[in-house]
Amino acid sequence: MRFDTVIIGGGLAGLVSGISLQKEGRNCAIISTGQNALHFFSGSFESMEEAPARVIELFDQAGVRLHYREGVRLMPMGTFRPAALSLEDTDLFPEHKFARKVLIVNFLGYHDFFSSFLAEGLEKQGMQCRIRLLNLPEMEQLEQSPSEMRSVQIARTMDRVWEKLVQEVRVLLKDEDCVILPQVFGLRDTSVPSKIRQGIPARVVFAGTLPPSVPGVRTQMLLKRRFELLGGTYLMGDEVIDAHVHDGLVHSLVTRNFDSHYIEAENFILASGSYFSKGLRSNPTSVFEPVFGLDVEFPTDRNLWYNPLFAEDQPYMHYGVKTDENLHAVKDGVAFKNLFAIGSVLGGTRPEFGSAAGLAIRSALNVADQILGKQ
Amino acid sequence: MVIFADMNHIMSANEFDVIIIGGGITGAGTQRDCTMRGLRTLLIERTDIATGATGRNHGLLHSGARYAVNDAESARECIEENMILRKIASHCIDETDGLFITLPEDDLGYQQTFVDACRSAGIAAEIIDPDLARRLEPSVNPALIGAVKVPDGSVDPFRLCAANMLDAKLHGGQVRLYTEVTGFIREGDRVKGVHTLNHQTGEQEDYFAPVIVNACGIWGHHIAEMAGVNVGMFPAKGSLLIFAHRVNNVVINRCRKPSNADILVPGDTVCVIGTTSTRIPFEECDNVAVTPDEVDLLINEGAKLAPSLASTRILRAYAGVRPLVSADNDPSGRNISRGIVCLDHEERDGLKGFVTITGGKLMTYRLMAEMATDTVCRKLGVDKACETAVTPLPGSEERSYEAVAQKIWESPSTAQKAAASRMGTRARRIRSENRLDNALICECEEVSVGEVNAAIERLDVSTLTDLRRRTRIGMGTCQGEFCACRAAGLLAKAHGCIEKERADLSDFLQERWKGNFPIGWGDTLREAEYTQWVYKHVLGL
Repeated sequence: MRFDTVIIGGGLAGLVSGISLQKEGRNCAIISTGQNALHFFSGSFESMEEAPARVIELFDQAGVRLHYREGVRLMPMGTFRPAALSLEDTDLFPEHKFARKVLIVNFLGYHDFFSSFLAEGLEKQGMQCRIRLLNLPEMEQLEQSPSEMRSVQIARTMDRVWEKLVQEVRVLLKDEDCVILPQVFGLRDTSVPSKIRQGIPARVVFAGTLPPSVPGVRTQMLLKRRFELLGGTYLMGDEVIDAHVHDGLVHSLVTRNFDSHYIEAENFILASGSYFSKGLRSNPTSVFEPVFGLDVEFPTDRNLWYNPLFAEDQPYMHYGVKTDENLHAVKDGVAFKNLFAIGSVLGGTRPEFGSAAGLAIRSALNVADQILGKQ
Repeated sequence: MVIFADMNHIMSANEFDVIIIGGGITGAGTQRDCTMRGLRTLLIERTDIATGATGRNHGLLHSGARYAVNDAESARECIEENMILRKIASHCIDETDGLFITLPEDDLGYQQTFVDACRSAGIAAEIIDPDLARRLEPSVNPALIGAVKVPDGSVDPFRLCAANMLDAKLHGGQVRLYTEVTGFIREGDRVKGVHTLNHQTGEQEDYFAPVIVNACGIWGHHIAEMAGVNVGMFPAKGSLLIFAHRVNNVVINRCRKPSNADILVPGDTVCVIGTTSTRIPFEECDNVAVTPDEVDLLINEGAKLAPSLASTRILRAYAGVRPLVSADNDPSGRNISRGIVCLDHEERDGLKGFVTITGGKLMTYRLMAEMATDTVCRKLGVDKACETAVTPLPGSEERSYEAVAQKIWESPSTAQKAAASRMGTRARRIRSENRLDNALICECEEVSVGEVNAAIERLDVSTLTDLRRRTRIGMGTCQGEFCACRAAGLLAKAHGCIEKERADLSDFLQERWKGNFPIGWGDTLREAEYTQWVYKHVLGL
């Protein structure tokens, strides 16, 4: 199989680069092992300050509505973080006190939404809070099984019965000017969050839950669909096991599912993520990149990989593959001519900036531009 | 209630017949024994139950075989207590049996010496064909050239400790956790009480009793000093590793002179390799760390017992401090008898009303408690026989947890069976008629809302880490990634303080990380990175 560009990794970085290239008529394939970091996406691209118009357009064409506004966003444990570019159903507030009185509504038996922590956090900011639990008969089937009350399962049910929820919330609502609901809406029917907002006569804020993140899974599905509608090939549930490399060029890949057919391309993009996605791996003596054996810098003394305090910045989270200034991946000190590295496999994310989504998008656009000859 | 302190005097709420300092297994066992003999007891513990050596060992139900060659007395104590614990603590025990294997580099001639020593100590040791050993335990090193089967098993020390304390409370005993003894109240040549500080409330309180028992493990050294007597202990650190699944179903030991990392014990969903032995200064006892060298040694030696350990994910590293009483100047601490030391300081030092119970091991806690209680009773003039060897602990009234689960739920789910295996007959107290109570908080270990609430209500739970010791929440493969914040929600509701719970959740994550980073590579590092993202970026803790 021959493509113009083959992208290893179907997360945010891989999808953004794939969509950008495919849109310009390049024939791309994305090889994805399955789950990726979008499944625990917080809803905000927290370190994304440049080029929002282009990004907003790219996402908009995929059906993912973004909004840009400098402000703070509400975190699931009742704290606030600065944010700018966010999904439409993730609110950005100009200041911490965004309401006078808040009604926090949770589903009975749902433990992945932290209503009491939210209430405490909001009360600290001077907002009065009331917590109410909803017991919708439609949820009972989920409650039958002890591990079914999870975000995605609830979202599937809510796609069908959101109107019932709106009615119940309207009954609960007294003089509050804001209602907070768990972010479990619009998994397949993406119009549900805005319909809920229209149906409730108060400001509706969706607060995050434990992963999987419903807006994250939705974003992943929409970007993937967009890539495929543009003619891209998304190889789901496959894994690159070998690469044929010659003279500083990558020629082809061998995957688990295509072990007798080489996957050939002019350019290759490594968007395989960090440790979680196995783009980086580690053993007691080293941190390494498993597909190409790219250069990764890390201290040989393992003790230096960690900060013994969990809350502190962790050095191992900064390790990533080396590249030249144009994001060409480097092996044994030499840059590949047609292999780029983007996203979390680059390492270098800094926890204080929140998610690595900004890095993923920026590096993906940069590499797509280079391949398209725009740079 | 019979009052022994002074028959003519009405006791106040702060007066007891005996005060036990230390909430490990020895203290809890001693409190149970004392209350069963009719004494008014108070147990004082600086932190939570089982935080010292009690919760930081293999969890091995020794047959005594390990000690048979060098320490016949310990071996005999072990096998007797082994048989007793199977009857009185069935819900804390897994009757796995054990193997002592001889590898090509070991001396096969030692095997006969070992078996003879076992038999003379009363331990049923049987030489079996290496082929049979491979069938009994498929994970065992296939290169073995000899194998001996012994009645080893595994024991959950947290559960055992909690069950002893619960029984003491059911018999009227009182417990003060997170309360530290800050000084003794003396009157001439007698101690008659203690000053305490509650670390949670900041309250200071005095408690009085004619006899005070020091059951603080290695920390007993300082408690004795505080009382004005000297018990020469030395701390010997032992490090262990927990693997993420149960590689073996039978305990695997090396048939040779006891050495580093030569015991692999299956327990619940995991298995544990250990241990090392290093002398450490007293200052380090509160904060022992596992070094990279120890980790490497444990993995290398462990893989000789079961080769698949070399490629099995490691869940945690941890270390405990053995409370050894120094008899000679052995720097490793390995050649000292693990014998029980029960000191009546009136006889030994002329200090009335003070008893120290130390040395020994998890296996012999009940016997230690019996010896300490005998001493207490002698001092108080109480003549009542010990019944702890024949009275089951709460939860252990029936031997099979499957039968227990069947009786309670008719057709129990796997989660309910897991609950019955943890709580024994006390699983009856788990509310489960409501489907909301059956929702899982911890998916790795299958702990339900009902079980968490039962622990919060009955077992003195202040923090998430306390809850972990009583339910296994956060002990599974995800190391608390998801269950911690779910359980935090339940604790916040029970205690009514969100701010405290927020800090508690941070402490819990720190505590988990402490055991993860020494083995932070491979899937452990993957999971750690994920936990970082979830708590810092997604949840915003």
